[in-house]
Amino acid sequence: MQDLGQAFATAWAMLTGFDPALWSVVLLSLKVSLGAVAIASALGIPLGAMLAVARFPGRGGVLVLLNAMMGLPPVVIGLLVYLLLSASGPFGVLHLLYTPTAMVVAQTLLVLPIVAALSRQVIEDLALEYADYFRSLGLGRAGAVATLIYDARFSLTTAVLAGFGRAIAEVGAVMIVGGNIDRVTRVMTTTIALETSKGNIALALALGLVLILIAVLVNVAVMGLRATAARAAYA
Amino acid sequence: MLDAAPQHRLGSVDRAGIFPLVAEGLVFEAGGRRLVDGLDLRLDGAERVVILGPNGAGKSLLLKLLDGLVAPSAGRIAWNGRPADMAVRAATAMVFQRPVLLRRSVAANLDHALAARGINGVERRQRVGDALAMARLSPLAAQPARLLSGGEQQRLALARALALQPRLLFLDEPTASLDPASTLAVEGLIEAARHAGAATVLVTHDRGQARRHADRILFMQSGRVVEDTPADAFFDRPRSAAGRAYLEGRIFV
Repeated sequence: MQDLGQAFATAWAMLTGFDPALWSVVLLSLKVSLGAVAIASALGIPLGAMLAVARFPGRGGVLVLLNAMMGLPPVVIGLLVYLLLSASGPFGVLHLLYTPTAMVVAQTLLVLPIVAALSRQVIEDLALEYADYFRSLGLGRAGAVATLIYDARFSLTTAVLAGFGRAIAEVGAVMIVGGNIDRVTRVMTTTIALETSKGNIALALALGLVLILIAVLVNVAVMGLRATAARAAYA
Repeated sequence: MLDAAPQHRLGSVDRAGIFPLVAEGLVFEAGGRRLVDGLDLRLDGAERVVILGPNGAGKSLLLKLLDGLVAPSAGRIAWNGRPADMAVRAATAMVFQRPVLLRRSVAANLDHALAARGINGVERRQRVGDALAMARLSPLAAQPARLLSGGEQQRLALARALALQPRLLFLDEPTASLDPASTLAVEGLIEAARHAGAATVLVTHDRGQARRHADRILFMQSGRVVEDTPADAFFDRPRSAAGRAYLEGRIFV
């Protein structure tokens, strides 16, 4: 086991020296997780908004299921996507297993319930506030959903942020469907797991620091955005 | 007060065919209580109607029933002999006691309502500008609507309703939480709506306001209209004991 101080020093040198191996892993992680969050948001926010305004038999059950899916273990999602994409699975012909695309698919499925469930909550509160105005205006459901999404846009950043946090930090799903292949599907979390088991603490530590830095930066950006919106009474 | 505003452009648009508005045997029940109790009503669109009555009489609920915001438990509402349809919806507007304003700028609030009613871009911009000028909100057009004062917010809500050029405007205690100056400004806009050809149905607790804005008084008590009479007659000699007590400021049980 390396000395912790020395590991930190090496990690810092890798970060500031823009070590290509390190930064290629960081970039792939960001590409996969941001891609997954973008797709999950594009699907999950309208889905959440529809659930917020729609009233139908079994709605309560759907909401319970959606909330429960927020806590799905990443390895279970990974296993599901693995079965779908494996050679004998229904989408085996696409040859997507062990590619970044498979990782995006897995993380999208992981993040979608989080974005949808949190969006539903945010938009439902706003929908109650706007209900009489919408009804008096004769606004249809599509118009109501579009208005609500637009007006809740700053509050919805919290849902997107929660989804990004889940995606960038998970290891189980991308490990199973990506295979942790060097320079192909190796992302920060899977690299940390692998390098720690190999005793290469410096690289694991450097990636850990990047992960923390990303989490802090994203939170600062979103808080700044929300504070600006709140000052204008838009949030 | 608002004489400089370009009211003529909002003009009187006769999307006729909504009057007479007839409610028959209207009932609304909730929690085992009958909040509107077999109410009959006819509006011809020519008079300024004010609904008076104590809290809990069903005044605001009646407005919501007429505007289709809530469905009656029993009875029917007919607009020129037919149920409410898109033409009726397009010819009515409502202003609430507490303005419901979008988390957008003042101008964008007006724009949204007009876009929702299918008004095209050029006319929309024209109507937004006219409504802002009428409500004297033009300098605040780009401000976030929810940062306006209470009076300005209610003027914006009224301007938004007026921009829709309604034939019938429902007003649910629009000045209940406003100071006298803001009340006067809002009342000026209500008058402007009338000049533009809108019939008004106003719910208020302000007897002075009722005198200023009523041709006809509906006095409600316990979910029923107990007095439906010309305004002058109501204020001079109310027929019902409840109406007399209300005007004298006595408690009537």
